[in-house]
Amino acid sequence: MTQTSYRTGPDATGLFGSFGGQYVAETLMPLIHDLAAEYEKAKEDPAFLKELAYFQRDYVGRPSPLYFAERLTEFCGGAKIYLKREELNHTGAHKINNCIGQILLARRMGKKRIIAETGAGMHGVATATVAARFGLECVIFMGTTDIDRQQANVFRMKLLGAKVIPVTAGTGTLKDAMNEALRDWVTNVDSTFYMIGTVAGPHPYPAMVRDFQAVIGKETREQMLDQEGRLPDSLVACIGGGSNAMGLFHPFLDDKDVQIIGVEAAGHGIESGKHAASLNGGVPGVLHGNRTFLLQDDDGQIIDAHSISAGLDYPGIGPEHAWLHDIGRVEYTSVTDDEALAAFHKCCRLEGIIPALESAHALAEVFKRAPGLPKDHLMVINLSGRGDKDMQTVMHHYDEQEEHI
Amino acid sequence: MSRLQARFAELKQQNRAALVTFITAGDPGYDTSLEILKGLPAAGADVIELGMPFTDPMADGPAIQLANIRALAAKQDLKKTLQMVRQFREGNSDTPLVLMGYFNPIHKYGVPAFIADAKEAGVDGLIVVDLPPEHNVDLADPAQAAGLDFIRLTTPTTDDKRLPKVLNGSSGFVYYVSVAGVTGSGSATLDHVEQAVARLRRHTDLPISIGFGIRTAEHAATIARLADGVVVGSALIDHIANAGSSQEAVKGVLGLCAELAEGVRGARK
Repeated sequence: MTQTSYRTGPDATGLFGSFGGQYVAETLMPLIHDLAAEYEKAKEDPAFLKELAYFQRDYVGRPSPLYFAERLTEFCGGAKIYLKREELNHTGAHKINNCIGQILLARRMGKKRIIAETGAGMHGVATATVAARFGLECVIFMGTTDIDRQQANVFRMKLLGAKVIPVTAGTGTLKDAMNEALRDWVTNVDSTFYMIGTVAGPHPYPAMVRDFQAVIGKETREQMLDQEGRLPDSLVACIGGGSNAMGLFHPFLDDKDVQIIGVEAAGHGIESGKHAASLNGGVPGVLHGNRTFLLQDDDGQIIDAHSISAGLDYPGIGPEHAWLHDIGRVEYTSVTDDEALAAFHKCCRLEGIIPALESAHALAEVFKRAPGLPKDHLMVINLSGRGDKDMQTVMHHYDEQEEHI
Repeated sequence: MSRLQARFAELKQQNRAALVTFITAGDPGYDTSLEILKGLPAAGADVIELGMPFTDPMADGPAIQLANIRALAAKQDLKKTLQMVRQFREGNSDTPLVLMGYFNPIHKYGVPAFIADAKEAGVDGLIVVDLPPEHNVDLADPAQAAGLDFIRLTTPTTDDKRLPKVLNGSSGFVYYVSVAGVTGSGSATLDHVEQAVARLRRHTDLPISIGFGIRTAEHAATIARLADGVVVGSALIDHIANAGSSQEAVKGVLGLCAELAEGVRGARK
């Protein structure tokens, strides 16, 4: 059978090819079915869509600009580089696109309590923000390692009225926070809405989060047509769970001339074993409600991910990415901690934009590719977040990085 | 007749409930865990659930999470867990043994190989927490075709509409998780359990075992009056966590098992 569209997934059972699904404890199954049914209704409801558009515009600040990065382009000397400025959104990253959508759904379902997991803290901050706006109780689970390296975001969440629960299990990172959030959800099924921050988890989350993030790609399409009169030639985005990437990619999946590149975190290098590149260094398995590529050992035990960027520090990846990798529609590559740091500094100095370390992974890939491409090649990078939260980490590496600056 | 069917039929004739005990394989180490496992039937366990360790036990509370961590730190893996079952079967041919855990280690092992090896080792059934009936094709169907029972969890959130879907294709027994929560968390009221059992009986003839939050002989006896089986896990495992030595762990677990067995056996007298 020929693939007529790459944009129709998942099927009714939540599968993208053999990835995705609903691998959760029975306690949660009825909730997940309710959520899927309610989301199906909401996304066809003009009143819901109208309210979503209102908050996207007046609260989040959309549309975010598609900015021609002239100095980056000059520096690379090849492709014409555009930055999709998601870091200009309220709360400083793309995460709020999804949170606004989910909180409207939570309110529609009569839920009174919001829980979420967070890695870098950006999803936690975005969740705490919308919970404050809608007056709902908010509890954020965050690993202790991440709490240590993202103090500012922890404080922001507290300012916004959220309770931050430190998770000590495992290595105290995003995976462990997600386990704990799932445990809370199983315990508080009636009152609680679990706001997953990425395109992973059981169906309908991967599709729902993608739909809320797809505003990034839809805007990019219109803006590029407006500015250049044609579609971009390539798209580049970083991938942890994969929500900013999926948001940019999805509206372009059927445009076969648009080359799409996802950038995973290679940490100290894939061969070192200390990385977060599930597609490039993992194999299929089942975790957190979906079948996808995972970092795991020979016994199926999950291996802790490593990345300098807390937001990419996750041993899995959204199932739709696993499928797009499997069928070859999207190219998935990886960038090391050092490459990302170097790109971070270049972006600061060349464009006056301090990017998130996550987004710096996408920029590092651009520095590799753009110089070899023709000047009429239009390349869009999702600048998914701003780097204010990463000051502590960057300062820590500053001395050893000075040669790059 | 499967070992599970035989055991529940035998206990029904004796008019008593089964004591179903859960321990994590390899906790705190292979040898001690095997010694506990071998000692459980004599201490009064009627059915044994043996946990397959996993790094991310999302439906488990702190006690079983820590048991998983201890077992993995002692290098337990699925091959060793199957080996433990083989060694258990050398001295026991009638106590049903059910493996319980999460899907990923089985997925990695390979489903056909796992089913074949589990059968050969003497496993009677499987409980896989993150495989709801929506994913029967992944494991439940081929396991049952090979003669392994697939035991389903039903919960307070499983409503009447969903219950047939969950029970259809269940075999061995039905495990009712009496509270919405993680293992080891607070227990349900007696009223709730009574109503839940009545509701399940309307939908199935399978034996009904009840778990989550049962810690003492008295509590076990109360549940044993209502249900066909009483599942105890975290309370047993606490004796491993708090033990100063292997011998203390063995003594502690088997001691509590004997108390619980007494409670269960005396419940309907």
